[in-house]
Amino acid sequence: MVRRSRKSSKHAGAAPRSWPRRVVDAKAWVAQAEALGRGEGDLVALFGEADRVHMAVRNTAGPQILTLAVNDGRFPSVGSRHAPAIRLERAIRDLFGHEPIGLADTRPWLDHGAWPLAAPLSKRRLAAAPRSPTEYKFLPVEGEDLHQIPVGPVHAGIIEPGHFRFTANGETVVRLEERLGYVHKGVEWLMQGATVERAATLVGRVSGDSTVAYAFAFALAVETALRIEVPVRAVYLRALMAELERIANHLGDFGAVCNDATFVLIHAHCGILREQVLQASDAAFGHRLMRDCIVPGGVATDISAENIRRLKALVEAIGPRFRELVTIYDDTPSLQDRTVTTGTVSGDLVRRFAAGGYVGRASARDFDVRRDLAYAPYEKFAIDVPTLQAGDVDARLRIRLLEIEASLKLVRRILEGLPRGPLRAPMRAAKDEREGVGLVEGFRGDVFVYVRLAADGTVARCHPRDPSWFQWPLLEVAVKDNIVADFPLCNKSFNCSYSGHDL
Amino acid sequence: MRSLLFKSLAKDPVTIDGPGADARAAKELASTLDDLARRVLGRSLVIREIDAGSCNGCELEIHALNNPVYDLERLGLKFAASPRHADVLLVTGPVTHNMRMALERTWRATPDPKWVVALGDCACSGGVFAGSYACVGPVSAVVPVDLHITGCPPRPVEILKGLVALLDAASRSGAAGGRSL
Ligand code: SF4
Repeated sequence: MVRRSRKSSKHAGAAPRSWPRRVVDAKAWVAQAEALGRGEGDLVALFGEADRVHMAVRNTAGPQILTLAVNDGRFPSVGSRHAPAIRLERAIRDLFGHEPIGLADTRPWLDHGAWPLAAPLSKRRLAAAPRSPTEYKFLPVEGEDLHQIPVGPVHAGIIEPGHFRFTANGETVVRLEERLGYVHKGVEWLMQGATVERAATLVGRVSGDSTVAYAFAFALAVETALRIEVPVRAVYLRALMAELERIANHLGDFGAVCNDATFVLIHAHCGILREQVLQASDAAFGHRLMRDCIVPGGVATDISAENIRRLKALVEAIGPRFRELVTIYDDTPSLQDRTVTTGTVSGDLVRRFAAGGYVGRASARDFDVRRDLAYAPYEKFAIDVPTLQAGDVDARLRIRLLEIEASLKLVRRILEGLPRGPLRAPMRAAKDEREGVGLVEGFRGDVFVYVRLAADGTVARCHPRDPSWFQWPLLEVAVKDNIVADFPLCNKSFNCSYSGHDL
Repeated sequence: MRSLLFKSLAKDPVTIDGPGADARAAKELASTLDDLARRVLGRSLVIREIDAGSCNGCELEIHALNNPVYDLERLGLKFAASPRHADVLLVTGPVTHNMRMALERTWRATPDPKWVVALGDCACSGGVFAGSYACVGPVSAVVPVDLHITGCPPRPVEILKGLVALLDAASRSGAAGGRSL
């Protein structure tokens, strides 16, 4: 049963939601952590700086950021009160050297002991404590006839590296424990002191499959900080690129999940449709993934009348062929047998983790940034947010199929209503320190970017947060009690980002 | 489903003629690649892909090589699950410190003759991530590289051209040994 709600977003108006930020004391910080633990509101981001930590939340009082000074290298743990924060705090410890007081898990997360220095983002120059990267204590296991299957970091397919430690009882997965951080590239360190242009190129390469969503969120953050009004044509072109990126990724995932269930016909046809979208994007914007096309202040490239016609024709052509594939999926019991009731995640868990995208919506979490915290130009369009209940591989797949339909319509309406006008507003230098937040609905879920610009206009701090941070832990739950052979299917139905997570 | 199968059979193949200019380039590359693979190795070329720190953009274009439009396998190119079956290691990303050991181990597990292709600006030069505490740098800083294919990410046809260049050089030198380039 698909529920679709279009309740017009409470926050009308094109101005991006502002995220008021206030400095709090330890007591208020702990109170907010405990409120999250009771299920009051969503944790949106948790990230550090050399002398402070920030917690972005969204609750009945709206979106906001709490900042707590860190003087003695310690701060009260949020993770010990609210599980979704655990890995975020392990990462803060690795990067800044701040100790979360009360966090039970003392193991490093992104720091595998191979960096030339410890706590690279802290002010103190700490010598590295080299360890062998394989030295990592996975959770202990008791019980007879249990065996462990280590998988990765290099995987059998063409996929990003991560380690999956399975504990299985015969064919059934008793536990999956993930170890990530293999593709950590130090993006936040590289952005310190960078120009806005340099930071934009870095943010656009945090996760290649979401380069448009990241560039969009970063641009919104900078424009909020510098109070720049983006021309309306540029705003429409941004949404056009974001929806093309969504369609291309969902087509790829639809094919890949069927392929993991050994049904190659749908995979082959999805590959053709995806290739057509990438080629049309290449023709229209000069890059198959539309990288570096969204820039602070607007967009870098215009679209020709010829390419508008080509995209309109593409959307008309893809619709029926895509629906034919959906019919085949519906009519193939052997596929349903693999996807239905496989990799189930409960509604309670996705709400507790504020898991975004298809992971959340397949388990009835009714949230989409384009509708609920509308940013230009989405407040001009009625955004259709389908949700399902089952929370299994089939539901995560069907949400993608429904979103492809919705995005095809959206692309058509954007092209029809594309206004004329300039592509970019001039960048303005502020004489003082400025900060801003961008939150955008990427294909995989909400991409959050916080940026603070120093008085000289360079980046003092930039933190991009990938939606996968709140989806990866749920994959461990989803595969429990499934057969090991169904892991690729569950994993592909999540399609979490490694590079976006590792930063 | 039968109607789709029938329609697919009735239609002319989508593989080559689907896209625009790329198709001609792919077509022209395809034949030379297949002959070279046969001549140099007497069979098709097996590739093992390793993401040593990529942003995942390069992986997306490597996936495209397997779609029916580029359809790598008909050119005598195949991806293998294990490095032990591979002739070519296709490595992406600025080698992160956290992936260095895995890359070295995978390289050692690949039997000779073998070739290493650094794919994408990051693999070739460290790209935008050069200089980071978390990155070793280009692939050539960790394992010997036979061919660099630049781009961010390189388009599928550019990857095909690179693989042809690799085989061409290997066959010209006549030696079977991977290191003879
Ligand atoms: S070259 Fe570009 S696409 Fe490839 S890994 Fe580097 S940033 Fe990503």
